Amino acid sequence: MTPKTKPPDAFSPGQTPTFEVSARESLRDAQLRRNLGKATQTIRRKRTVAVEEMPDWEELREAGRALKERTLRHLDKYLLQLEESVTRAGGVVHWARDADEANRIIAGIAREKGAEEVVKVKSIATDETKLNEHLEAQGIHAFETDLAELIIQLAGENSSHILVPAIHKNRAEIRELFLRELDVEELSDEPKDLTNAARLYLRKKFLGAKVGISGANFAVAETGTVSVVESEGNGRMCTTLPPVLVTLMGIEKIIPAWRDFEIFMQLLPRSSTAERMNPYTSFWTGVSGEAGDGPQEFHLVLLDNGRTDVLADEIGRQTLNCIRCSACLNVCPVYERTGGHAYNSVYPGPIGAILTPQLVGIGKPGSDSLPYASSLCGACYQVCPVKINIPEVLVHLRGKVVRHKQDKGTLRQKLDPENAAMQAMARTFSDPKLYERAQRLARVGQLPFARGGRITSLPGRLAGWTAVRDLKPIPEQSFREWWKEERG
Amino acid sequence: MANMRVALFITCFNDTLFPETGRATVGVLERLGHEVVFPEAQTCCGQMHFNTGYQREAIPLVRRFVEIFEPYDAVVAPSGSCVGMVRDLYPMAADLAEDDDLARRIEDLAPKVFELSEFLVKRLGVTDVGAYYPHRVTYHPTCHSLRMLKVGEAPLELLRNVRGMDLVELGEAEQCCGFGGTFAVKNAETSAAMLGDKIRRVLDTEAEVCAAGDNSCLMHIGGGLRRLQAGVDTVHLAEILHSTEER
Ligand code: SF4
Repeated sequence: MTPKTKPPDAFSPGQTPTFEVSARESLRDAQLRRNLGKATQTIRRKRTVAVEEMPDWEELREAGRALKERTLRHLDKYLLQLEESVTRAGGVVHWARDADEANRIIAGIAREKGAEEVVKVKSIATDETKLNEHLEAQGIHAFETDLAELIIQLAGENSSHILVPAIHKNRAEIRELFLRELDVEELSDEPKDLTNAARLYLRKKFLGAKVGISGANFAVAETGTVSVVESEGNGRMCTTLPPVLVTLMGIEKIIPAWRDFEIFMQLLPRSSTAERMNPYTSFWTGVSGEAGDGPQEFHLVLLDNGRTDVLADEIGRQTLNCIRCSACLNVCPVYERTGGHAYNSVYPGPIGAILTPQLVGIGKPGSDSLPYASSLCGACYQVCPVKINIPEVLVHLRGKVVRHKQDKGTLRQKLDPENAAMQAMARTFSDPKLYERAQRLARVGQLPFARGGRITSLPGRLAGWTAVRDLKPIPEQSFREWWKEERG
Repeated sequence: MANMRVALFITCFNDTLFPETGRATVGVLERLGHEVVFPEAQTCCGQMHFNTGYQREAIPLVRRFVEIFEPYDAVVAPSGSCVGMVRDLYPMAADLAEDDDLARRIEDLAPKVFELSEFLVKRLGVTDVGAYYPHRVTYHPTCHSLRMLKVGEAPLELLRNVRGMDLVELGEAEQCCGFGGTFAVKNAETSAAMLGDKIRRVLDTEAEVCAAGDNSCLMHIGGGLRRLQAGVDTVHLAEILHSTEER
């Protein structure tokens, strides 16, 4: 396999395009629209069934939210407790302030072991830090072992979904890719055959790798136990076969006690894959020691990379409740149409629209456009198993984006016509006299555009409206004029 | 339920673009024996500013709204999304303004502000307003009525009691139509893609009229239908409820 570089995203250095611009391209792709529509509709329907059979679902969501919020309030305490527990079990804990630090720590471990190849189980945190690229630059090749991750790695693409990174591809497209990249002669597009081809290819990698790299769904402060929840079993192999295991984990993934799994193991599988229970859940505590089965060396890298800044924001901090189930993506009407790539972020969809701008910081045009990639319909909040009020955070972040432009932006941003229009309208709405005059002026102002009772084309920013919609002309008499006439 | 004095919050959008919805709202409430007052100082609740991020600019509008409407026992608006702004987002505006007094006043006012269908069904306990509307109608439950206000079945209960009407269920009804305020302009292409699917569902019903409780969504859906010359009208719920055999 030849290493391919993935396109840059919000976590890469430099700028990324705005959502509006990238969405335009995705929306035109009929195959993508069909793949996504089918996939999200299916999983949506299944999730509803899986959730509806739970009589205490709302109580569970509330318990999940409360537990996450309590943990985040005392994060410092729990993190130190986790460090102690992991160390006691024979593991080593590393603290990484940012992506660079995390990558240096992990590459250092791989180099020390003389590894030229490492196997990875899907970890979005390593996508966030761009670990693969960092390792590649040092001559270490990272093999993704999750089927969907493997697919997009082979294709040199970015993930477009948290849980199903290759959701944008269909079977025929995957078959072609495997024929090209995996050294197989013949292959059908049956899921069984495709999986088998990947399995044969990966089996060798698992057995040869000296270092395995994983993410984590949860880590228990009390016991030092780390957990990966997955469907394919590749994670189990990554975390048990190589003699050295390195886990990169965002600091918010911590839970206080073992029994807290009770809540999340009910919430997560039903929300993500619409299953009562997922096929593979791995737990490990430190190193395997005498038993010999499992890693002899275990490193846990705790990643901040902007998370403590998120924690400092009273409204934004609920974002860190996220257990990456991806239910919000599957119900999002925007995501369903544009797919994940339009977000230019390893975290796409509603959660990406609130997490990414907070992690990378307000003031970057690409990620600043993400809170606007929503009609605020609220479908995400309704399904979120840890009750993150995503619309509320979206609106909050829009406020931060605008205030940042107004207070710290360039002159051009300050002179932005949208800003000027909003200021003028705010003044108008503050005074009924001005407001009534504006109503009359608008009625006259529309005359050049109204034809035969319809407005079919408008200039400037409003052209986006009339591109696909007529606008109803403003009627002769406003409600208040009628009221004054009839009742005043 | 004893007769009430109800303050109409018309919303700037309906005031300017859909006065007929306001007249219908007044008509329905008066037909049920309630007194409607229209505080003329009202303008805009600040939703567009707030949701687009111009939140400091929205704060004076929030203050005005609270001052104008707090004297009344009940405030009714023919718009789920403007009521959602008051009930769900005004507290956030008060926080941003760092104004505890405003926050307290919002807390008192918010539970008295109702969307029309929830006011009729949940507050007044009325599900039959004596309407007659001899058309085939499908109903789009707008997102803010559904998910912010949780009006639930209220609009449908009212519609089911309208005489002469053939109410047909809309497929994937709960999916957003793609309006989303300034979203429709900022992300016009994505909004159009969502609208396309909504229109397909509306046409599938073979209804003559697509109804909803929010004229903003209806302007978007209706604008698309008119552009296609689809021959389907969009009508606000209030106007259907106001319609009787006599008129
Ligand atoms: S925000 Fe909520 S719904 Fe979305 S991925 Fe996270 S936990 Fe799941």
